[in-house]
Amino acid sequence: MEVVKKVLRYALLAVLILIFVAPFVWMVLTSFKSLGETLTFPPELFPKAWQVQNYAEAWRSGPFLHYLVNSLVVTVLVLLLQMTTTVLAAYAFACYDFKGKGVLFLLIIITMMIPEQLTFLPIFLMMSSTGLLNTIWSLVLPMGVSAFGTFLLRQRFMQIPNELIEAARLDNASEMRILRYIMLPQAKSTLTTLALFSFISTWNNYFWPLVMTTNDAVRTLPLGVAMLRSSQNGIAWNVLMAGNIILVLPIIIVYLLAHKKIVDAFVYTGIK
Amino acid sequence: MTKHSSFPYLLVLPSLVFFGCFFVFPIAYMVYLSLFDWNFVTPTMNFVALENFKTLFADARFRQVVVNTVIYTVLTVGLTQTLSLLLAVALNKNEKIYTLTQTAIFSPYIISLVSISMLWMWMMDVDYGLLNYVLHLFGLKEVAWITDPNVALYSLVLISVWKSIGYYTLIFIAGLQSIPKYIHEAAIMDNTSPARKFIHITLPMLSPTIFFTGITSLIACFKVFETIAIMTQGGPANATNTFVYFIYEYGFKFFKIGYASAAGVVLLGIVSVLTVIYFKTMAKRVYYQ
Repeated sequence: MEVVKKVLRYALLAVLILIFVAPFVWMVLTSFKSLGETLTFPPELFPKAWQVQNYAEAWRSGPFLHYLVNSLVVTVLVLLLQMTTTVLAAYAFACYDFKGKGVLFLLIIITMMIPEQLTFLPIFLMMSSTGLLNTIWSLVLPMGVSAFGTFLLRQRFMQIPNELIEAARLDNASEMRILRYIMLPQAKSTLTTLALFSFISTWNNYFWPLVMTTNDAVRTLPLGVAMLRSSQNGIAWNVLMAGNIILVLPIIIVYLLAHKKIVDAFVYTGIK
Repeated sequence: MTKHSSFPYLLVLPSLVFFGCFFVFPIAYMVYLSLFDWNFVTPTMNFVALENFKTLFADARFRQVVVNTVIYTVLTVGLTQTLSLLLAVALNKNEKIYTLTQTAIFSPYIISLVSISMLWMWMMDVDYGLLNYVLHLFGLKEVAWITDPNVALYSLVLISVWKSIGYYTLIFIAGLQSIPKYIHEAAIMDNTSPARKFIHITLPMLSPTIFFTGITSLIACFKVFETIAIMTQGGPANATNTFVYFIYEYGFKFFKIGYASAAGVVLLGIVSVLTVIYFKTMAKRVYYQ
């Protein structure tokens, strides 16, 4: 009986894994097929001859190097900007008393609930009238604050013992030195978490670059990949999937390297 | 805590500047724009007061968008919350195979929605798709997943549930692990059945977590855009058009800025009400802790 139960349980787990992982395996396999093989029914699981050239074709279909560089620049700038604003604000909210602190903190936290999908139209008009449309800044500046980051880092800073800060003050350390040499090193793992968070969401963002750019100059990778879909003679699924692998790969690599941290980071939002 | 006159304000200043420029001002601007008839190309903006809202509520297309959004949201939230709660209870074990399963079901959550949309578009192809092949294997009839107006919205729900279920499962597992052990031990001593234990211990102890995930997933549903933009463009027959896509369509395709802004203001109203409810309840919860 015990054995039967165990086998049954493992079979169920295997089905679960299959449901969530099989589509990605299918994506990888499709990216190596010939166009003909993508249009057979019943579908063949493995390609007869692995077509590596699909990747070259996806890459050549548009200025992909350009998209990739844009994606990297936007991601790095958003990361730096968010880190700066977040660290400073979290430090203030965690370690100082000042008038209006509660209200300001609440206001920043409320932005967590208001999605960017709500304010894109007025921001688009603002960018358009200031001439920032189709520049990197229209993709970077609106992502300048991270309410979630401020919240998370404030929690971490508040856990750092006050004695440490007081001791540093007695040694005449400046407030910025305290931040730099006491707070930041103690909050290292939270900072890594935030960086991962920011990287994943900025890299994957399709909506914002779509509404803020009207030409290839500042388009990012998700847009480039999405444009592979609109070819005049039907969709070339194999090339399309190859393009998607190019988009997904950096995330997969980061996920494999920092899997534990990412899971902790995403779960943490749910606990407090 | 130390009192410093201006230093903390300097620290908060950069955040507040961004907050003002890309949150407070745009929202005020959107409300202002909703009172005008303007096509973005001509320089003249006609003040029409609340005309846009009147037209909006009388617009059958918009009413369908509201209905679509409600169906999409109720189904997605209901399904993700129920299924991930059950999965969390089932997978809350430290054995390798269980943690592997947790990782597997979480993985779609971090993948770009662009890729997910295209992948599912391919799997949902009527003639060559993997999904219809699986249906064939079980002797079932094929389904026109995204081309049938009666099915398309549910297909989008399926994708959204598939993508986010692992995230909520992990949150619930974290919640389960924070329930003190002695409560379970007491239940075991009293010979409580697993179902009773779930209803009388797990659910009440997890209720703050369930409330949090419920609201987050609700708000996430209002943001749905990528799957629609890539897979259906709101079609067939407006069947998958939802709030954000509607605003996008009117703003960027039809250039009816005032009208699109009015729809934005309505959505803002709904989100604000939810936010207030959320913070009121959260404040209570913090009080009781």
